[in-house]
Amino acid sequence: MSLEAENVTYSYNVGAAAENVALGGVSLTVNRGEWVSVVGHTGSGKSTLAQHLNLLLFPSSGRVLIDGESAREGSPRARELRRKVGLVFQYPESQFFSDTVREEIEFAPSNWGVVGPELEECVDEAVEASGLDPSLLESNPFRLSGGERRRVAIASVIAMKPDYLVLDEPTAGLDASGVRDLTRILNDIRSGGLAVVQVTHDLKSALEHSDRILVLERGRAVITGAPWEIALYLASNPVQGLILPPLARFAHRMRMRGIDVPIHCEVSAIVEALERSRGARQ
Amino acid sequence: MEQERIFSIRGAVYSYKGATAPALDGIDLEVAPGEWIALLGANGSGKSTLAKICNALLAPTQGACFALGLDSSDPDCVPLIRQGVALVFQNPEDQIVCAIVEEDVAFGPENLALSPDDIRGRVDRALELTGLSELRRRGSHTLSGGQKQRLALAGALALEPRALVLDEATSMLDPEGRASLLECLRELNRRGMTMIQITHIMEDTAYASRIAVMESGRIVWDGSPSDFWGGEYLRRGFDEPGELALYRELRSRGLILPDTRPVVEDILEALCL
Repeated sequence: MSLEAENVTYSYNVGAAAENVALGGVSLTVNRGEWVSVVGHTGSGKSTLAQHLNLLLFPSSGRVLIDGESAREGSPRARELRRKVGLVFQYPESQFFSDTVREEIEFAPSNWGVVGPELEECVDEAVEASGLDPSLLESNPFRLSGGERRRVAIASVIAMKPDYLVLDEPTAGLDASGVRDLTRILNDIRSGGLAVVQVTHDLKSALEHSDRILVLERGRAVITGAPWEIALYLASNPVQGLILPPLARFAHRMRMRGIDVPIHCEVSAIVEALERSRGARQ
Repeated sequence: MEQERIFSIRGAVYSYKGATAPALDGIDLEVAPGEWIALLGANGSGKSTLAKICNALLAPTQGACFALGLDSSDPDCVPLIRQGVALVFQNPEDQIVCAIVEEDVAFGPENLALSPDDIRGRVDRALELTGLSELRRRGSHTLSGGQKQRLALAGALALEPRALVLDEATSMLDPEGRASLLECLRELNRRGMTMIQITHIMEDTAYASRIAVMESGRIVWDGSPSDFWGGEYLRRGFDEPGELALYRELRSRGLILPDTRPVVEDILEALCL
């Protein structure tokens, strides 16, 4: 079971003087239970790709397959398939409109006719999965902290019971502890069998948490691979807007000097490799 | 006249109207020419209020602040302090006023009623220092976030200040933008600019010559970067970026000296890599 973008091309303002090719033939496969990150500079096409994955946008050429199935724009099937892919927009809390957290989370399922105990169960599950404190359910969402609001937004998407969760810059605007909490929650969601697709310009976070990473530059796929492959690639092939995290830059230099160390590793591995190489020299 | 101190703040207290606790609760701070102070602290600890005290946007309700030897409670001194101590804010959009890059940089000096030649000279120098010379005819709105923040800095530099106060000036920038701004600040400091840099990003403290930590309106720690990176920041509950963890580990094993900066490039150099 997977979510696939196959050679997707998309332009904004087609035919106009300002026609802008946002995606030029991008492919990506996301399997359930996987955490895939899409990284790139501002304007690289990553948000446009996210909106294709949940059938908000439809490609000018290429196709998007959800569990092997594609659908035409506006078709009833597209609406059904879209439910399998939850999209959390950037700064989702700017779209809150309810007086209580509970109403905010109930909105989508109750629109689909879910009522009574089933609706309650749906809310409870979403609250648990998003790590939200259940005592906040009757609170006004606008009065919560930034980290809590982000969790409400994620809970209201999880309440739709998607199989794939796509998040556009989920850590934007959160402080360090907010980012840590959110990352742990997304990890739990992934372990529960959902796919997590994180769209971000934060290369460091992508390298730390993803199973696989797609790098976009000006609408084109530069490389797809495991975090270590991406770090290795970026060390010798600069991509606009992406700076390798400090430890990877450090490891890269060691490797250039012939010291054997993984490009993507912890402080302890770097220190051990350094001591080893010093020992060998003496 | 050579001043001994760029800032001399003594027992400064500041309370906002209607607030239950003072925003600043007895600040003592002496800053010598050429120092680069990184000022850290949680939200609400009083960092931004202190920034505004430094350039006389606010005057202490108790105690005193002398900037460039001038008393900020003296109305005659206020314009001179604001000219000599430039403030750069978090969001560059808040201080970019003109549509064209070079016109924006010229805005401050034009208001000082200087001669056209003098203005041109200041604009050229400020653009050069911030690496924006090639973008001088561009529309301000077409710049990237990092370029906009450098433009805001250029506007401040065109006043030819003796000191810069940066209030979270890197916090809205992506890593590339932050690196370019920090590089620019390093160059200014090498040329003798005194700087107070308010930040909550650990990486930003790498080039400071001194680090101060604020809590509830007071300075609770003030010392050398080496002491701070040696572990003080962990005791104070700040986040630990990878390069700081690496620096600490290498330092404890005696592989690098404490005065090495916790920056990848400097650590590599110290290790002869």
